Amino acid sequence: MVIDESKMTSLAEATSREDVAGRSLWADARRRFFNNKAAIFGLGLLAFVVAFALFGNLLAAWNNSDIDYNVMGDATASAPSFANGHYFGADDLGRDLFARTVQGTQISLLVGVIGTLIAVSVGTVYGAISGYFGGRVDGFMMRLVDILLAIPYMFVLILLLVMYGRSIGMLFVGVGLISWLEMARIVRGQTLTLKNRDYVEAARAIGVPAPTIIRRHILPNLVGVVVVFATLLVPLMILTESFISFLGLGVQEPQTSLGALISEGAGTMSYGTLWQLAFPLFFFVTTLFGFYFVGDGLRDALDPKER
Amino acid sequence: MIVYILKRLAIAIPTLLVLIIASFLLMHTAPGGPFTSERAVPPEVLANLNAKYGLDQPLWKQIATYLWNVVAHFDFGPSFSYKDRSVNDIIAQGFPVTLTYGFLSFIAAVLVGVTLGVTAAIKRNSWLDYLAVGISIGAQVLPNFVMAPILVLIFTLSLHWLPGGGWSFDDPRFWIMPVIALSTSYMASIARITRSSMLETLSSNHIRTARAKGLPKRKIIMRHALKPALLPVISYLGPAFVSMITGSVIVDVYFTTGGIGKSFVDSALNRDYAVMMGITILLGTLTILFNLVVDIVYGWIDPKIRY
Repeated sequence: MVIDESKMTSLAEATSREDVAGRSLWADARRRFFNNKAAIFGLGLLAFVVAFALFGNLLAAWNNSDIDYNVMGDATASAPSFANGHYFGADDLGRDLFARTVQGTQISLLVGVIGTLIAVSVGTVYGAISGYFGGRVDGFMMRLVDILLAIPYMFVLILLLVMYGRSIGMLFVGVGLISWLEMARIVRGQTLTLKNRDYVEAARAIGVPAPTIIRRHILPNLVGVVVVFATLLVPLMILTESFISFLGLGVQEPQTSLGALISEGAGTMSYGTLWQLAFPLFFFVTTLFGFYFVGDGLRDALDPKER
Repeated sequence: MIVYILKRLAIAIPTLLVLIIASFLLMHTAPGGPFTSERAVPPEVLANLNAKYGLDQPLWKQIATYLWNVVAHFDFGPSFSYKDRSVNDIIAQGFPVTLTYGFLSFIAAVLVGVTLGVTAAIKRNSWLDYLAVGISIGAQVLPNFVMAPILVLIFTLSLHWLPGGGWSFDDPRFWIMPVIALSTSYMASIARITRSSMLETLSSNHIRTARAKGLPKRKIIMRHALKPALLPVISYLGPAFVSMITGSVIVDVYFTTGGIGKSFVDSALNRDYAVMMGITILLGTLTILFNLVVDIVYGWIDPKIRY
């Protein structure tokens, strides 16, 4: 569950290489990406999951918090059936599992995307500043990252959630704030090579201030690495959130997430209500597979050397 | 070498202090005190309680006392919700369990992972290779909290081979499922990393020389290829250790093994800050020490590291 750093470094080198005349890096990458069967498959999985999260509620016959007293507490009556509108069955409280899975998928995707956005923006800015200024600033900022990396963040995150209330916003921010460290490291590495380029030196020579150089000349060249890293970060965010929700410390009822649903399903499976575990698990695994395949495909597309 | 170790220590010790002080400050700024309850406590009683637990002292003095107790006496103070138990008692009760299956899982992940990876690399494109690659892709989407219910479903509910929870130091049947649940995804990652770095090593010049000399294949692999190929694996061990420690919380909760992960979640639900801090600091210390060992081993194996 840890992103392979050597592959990311190799990717960083590939995207910062000077463009050869002719086809651009991006056109080449697009061609390679669409030739990659696993990546296209992953894209298909993601499209399916996103469509399910966005439009699933239109199909649902029940609300995610309404209790159907006809099937409540009855293991055989709450099985999946089209007759009573519970396509995925009902949970042990008689709530419709289809609507709850839609809602859980929404939350998990949201956590993944928002957490990644936070991690990527903080990490990119931090890494770019550290790499661009170099020297003592760099030494101090990277030492800080080293120190923070050695802390088991999950415990600190749970500590934070318990102390400042388990709101969903806190969860988003907390999940994002703990994973900008690796991003910062990779961005710093690439900034170090970028800042010695002629165009950066030219900009410096005509007196462009440092923040503008970083914004105009460094950040646009980081896009490749950042995009790939972000795609690989989304499943990690979803895993983190599901982990916390599995322990019952994350999203609060009546809202739910895939992790919470898996936890509920795992708790009741000894009564034979296997669908309560199977459907959330299916969407969880599909989402993760989709993101991993697309992320790997993007990386291979941007850096054909690494196989 | 000594200088290198000292340099690493110079990072490890401040990290530890930052961890302790940061979690103390976090606890101090949290809304609501440990004695806030629905029933209004007379101010005299509250003052006495605060005096007993040292909460009437100025902040710097509280930090200093806590730090001194933790560092010099390894004493995390009394628990806030169990009046007759100290944090040390709670840790002493659960820690041996967590340590036992954690150690076994770690050994299993490294041994099986490396063996699988090396075999896959040597017998490239054989069914063994495909099996290893398949397992490592599948295990990426099967984190410990998904593995645990699936294992119980198979081995307890269907086959009735293993107990679905509990712990006994004398009966290894209780150890099997926690170890498999905890180690699988890391085993897969280690196998994947070993395979790709072994493939890279096997195509390098010094291996070609060894082969040209006519050395037997076994000797080439054990003597010349294994050591350089293991370097990326060693640098992965640090992050793997952190997430395994985190994963032990799931194992403790799901398999009711009685380890400290369960105490952590319970204290999180009871807002027992003292226990949470104690466990966070203990596990943080373990992580930092482990990273120190990994760094030293790395410096010892890799001749490129300058002291």
